[in-house]
Amino acid sequence: MLQLAWLIPVLPLIGFLIIGLANKKLNKTLVGIVGCGSIFLSFLIVLSLLINVLNGSIKSETLTYFNWISAGSLDIKLSFLIDPLSVTMMTIITGVGFLIHLYSAGYMSHDEGYARYFAYLNLFVFSMLILVMGSNFLVLFAGWEGVGLCSYLLIGFWFKNNDYNNAAKKAFIMNRIGDLGFLLGMLLIIVTFGSLEYSVVFEKARSFFTPGVAEPVMIAITLLLFLGATGKSAQIPLYTWLPDAMAGPTPVSALIHAATMVTAGIYMIVRSNVLFSLAPFTLDVIQIIGLTTALFAATIGLVQNDIKKVLAYSTVSQLGYMFFALGLGAYSTAIFHVATHAFFKALLFLGAGSVIHAMSGEQDIRNMGGLYKKLPITFITFIIGTLAIAGIPPFAGFFSKDEILAHAYEHSPVLWALGVVGALMTTFYMFRLVFLTFFGSFRGTEHQKSHLHESPLIMTVPLIVLAVLSVVGGFVGVPEVLGGSNFLKSFLSPVIAPINEQAGHLSHSTELILMGISVGAVLLVIAITARIYVSNKTVPAPEGSELSTPHKVLYNKYYIDEIYRTLIVKPLYWLGDIFYKVFEIKIIDNFVNAWGKGVDRGSAGLRFLQNGSISFYMIAMVIGIILILFFNTIIKF
Amino acid sequence: MQALSNTVTNYLVLASILFAIGVMGVLVRRNIIIIFMSIELMLNAVNLLLVAFSVFHNDASSQVFVFFIMAVAAAEITVGLAILVMIYRNTGSVDINALNKLKW
Amino acid sequence: MDQLVFLILSIISIGAALAVIFSRNPVYSVLFLIVTFFSIAGHYVLLNAQFLFIVHIIVYAGAILVLFLFVIMLLNLNKTDQTEKSMLPKVAGAISGGLLLIVLLGAVKGLNQAEAAQAVNADMGSVKNLGKILFDEYLLPFEISSTLFLSAMIGAVMLGKKNLKDH
Repeated sequence: MLQLAWLIPVLPLIGFLIIGLANKKLNKTLVGIVGCGSIFLSFLIVLSLLINVLNGSIKSETLTYFNWISAGSLDIKLSFLIDPLSVTMMTIITGVGFLIHLYSAGYMSHDEGYARYFAYLNLFVFSMLILVMGSNFLVLFAGWEGVGLCSYLLIGFWFKNNDYNNAAKKAFIMNRIGDLGFLLGMLLIIVTFGSLEYSVVFEKARSFFTPGVAEPVMIAITLLLFLGATGKSAQIPLYTWLPDAMAGPTPVSALIHAATMVTAGIYMIVRSNVLFSLAPFTLDVIQIIGLTTALFAATIGLVQNDIKKVLAYSTVSQLGYMFFALGLGAYSTAIFHVATHAFFKALLFLGAGSVIHAMSGEQDIRNMGGLYKKLPITFITFIIGTLAIAGIPPFAGFFSKDEILAHAYEHSPVLWALGVVGALMTTFYMFRLVFLTFFGSFRGTEHQKSHLHESPLIMTVPLIVLAVLSVVGGFVGVPEVLGGSNFLKSFLSPVIAPINEQAGHLSHSTELILMGISVGAVLLVIAITARIYVSNKTVPAPEGSELSTPHKVLYNKYYIDEIYRTLIVKPLYWLGDIFYKVFEIKIIDNFVNAWGKGVDRGSAGLRFLQNGSISFYMIAMVIGIILILFFNTIIKF
Repeated sequence: MQALSNTVTNYLVLASILFAIGVMGVLVRRNIIIIFMSIELMLNAVNLLLVAFSVFHNDASSQVFVFFIMAVAAAEITVGLAILVMIYRNTGSVDINALNKLKW
Repeated sequence: MDQLVFLILSIISIGAALAVIFSRNPVYSVLFLIVTFFSIAGHYVLLNAQFLFIVHIIVYAGAILVLFLFVIMLLNLNKTDQTEKSMLPKVAGAISGGLLLIVLLGAVKGLNQAEAAQAVNADMGSVKNLGKILFDEYLLPFEISSTLFLSAMIGAVMLGKKNLKDH
């Protein structure tokens, strides 16, 4: 089966080429079949690889295809690495990706850019697979850039709207800023270790440096790599693109900005766990930034009124949790949360898409309400997703979030408390969303009410599958205290050096108490939220009404976008303007034009040599002959 | 031997002077006929020198070359004078400065 | 003795050449040119180039200069030339000619003394010897020069014809 591993990314690529080149000539059914089919075939191959890795027949295989760059002593090959970590990511990408492709076939069926959409989506899956399958940093970076590109293409999918184009540009540019850090990190790795292959770099890192001793070059490398991760995975300070990226179609938000692309940063850090463990300072930085982002985004999500924006801030917040876990050294926990988050966040986004589809495009939750009657399947799956994200056992989110909180407690109770506060805020805004959208009475227009309908089967089946996964997905990581064996952790242990993984030092009783406190608090918050929004039927204030100052600050996202605009965007535009007005027009244009003018004037002057007078010509000839003779016979150079 | 090489030097100087006189004639005079004659003078200077060299080097090919130069000079004069007659018919003068229409 | 003859002939040629270019009347220029050609023919005799001497006289003095005279008489150019309005072309011409002379003489000065040929064949310039070489090695140029004459003749006739329509 390993020989077919190259097909895994290539099948979506072929799908992209076929759909992209044929575009309008194929009919919609064919496009859908090619688009979803390519991902499904990739998924089958990934499954077979997963089975092989599970039963131990594949431990860690590197499949080299060809020499990519050979420059001096630097040798970079195009090669794939099949090991537990990459297979886990591949399963998530192709599995959840396939479900979202199916959903999109229904959601985008009325769009005229249907073929283009599937082409971009296939290209995205190809890039993401390249990212996780690479066996060296450069292949990862190639996929990294590819997903950034596809994110731009898909956010600005409805390109006729200028705001969407700006959102797409913002996403790409912020990504790029992070990519600069990534590139510099890679260059430092080349300088320090002489290669970009994972095996070589990690081997050398283990031998060069002793853990526990702070090493400036390792801190530099890891900080730079983390900067790249903040850009791609929307952490402070490069997170503002993700809420704006909701301008793209909802399945895109589900696939790219919830389940896969934004997890690329986390994957990269887990892959390089050897390097990060040699730089404790960076791990502290990651902890702080992750936790801050988690709390920060959660506070903003408390007061948003657009269904997709709430989910966007929720994504940023959950990513913050994953980075928090990474900073604590709990690498497999972060991957666990990546998997469960992929399930329930994709489910939530697809459910939101279903709601928007039913509401004929309305996204403001103040105009929804009472949808549980008309959209039963959407309602049930959405509730399941919300329960999962809130961390209610036995849903998936409970196990992964709880593991993070347990690791936090090992470091300090304060961190644990802050994590719990974030979890409570998550619960509050998610349930607020559910209650305002599905409960109560309908607050929209009559026209919308008449069109309310459940989504077609092709959209509801992925919802159901994802709901099932949200329920059972947590069982791969049941901790020992509850009787499980934490399968995922042992599965990933070959990738994560034993010395790095922080072993759980908590006693069973402490862990149970912590679990109990967090679950209890969550249930309490759910009750309070229900009281506010269901019993008291509170509806958030309509647009344009006066808000109290803290409410206003939160509603306007702490004015971060405005701050960035003033501090960074405007000076850059000003600089560009100067370069244009002074450099481009005055200096360069004049320089180029001067040549033309010079030739013109020179020829106008030389023209008078052709005056038609034969005697003048003859004198010129003779003088020329004199000069030639002179320089040939009398003066010899 | 010495005398012989002296002789060649003499002929070199003589030919140079004749050639320079021919060039001066071409540049100074305005009458086209005089210009043609000055060109003939230049050719003759060269002929003289070639013959002197043939004696100096004991090689008769120079004299054969002189023969051909004379042939070509004859042909050239023929055609040149025919053109001159045409110019006179068209412009009415044989002043060389009358032919200055080919300019910017 | 040789040197004296050489000197006299040289003075005659240079003097007549100067007269050619400085005469006002074109007919006088032609006559002085004849004198120059004859003196150069005298130089050929000195150099024992008999064949060339004869050919020179026949071709130049007999054909070319006669042609010149024909054209001058035809176009009635025996009147004196008008004087030049500005001196500049004359001065420029004279200076250029003078510079050329200086450069050529300088080049001659800079020559190394070459070795003269060892055995001089005195009969080299005779008709018989020259004819042998001409028809032996240089047969092709000889034949082609006849083509040259043919084309020159045709060209001259075509150019000289009056256009029948203008008549």
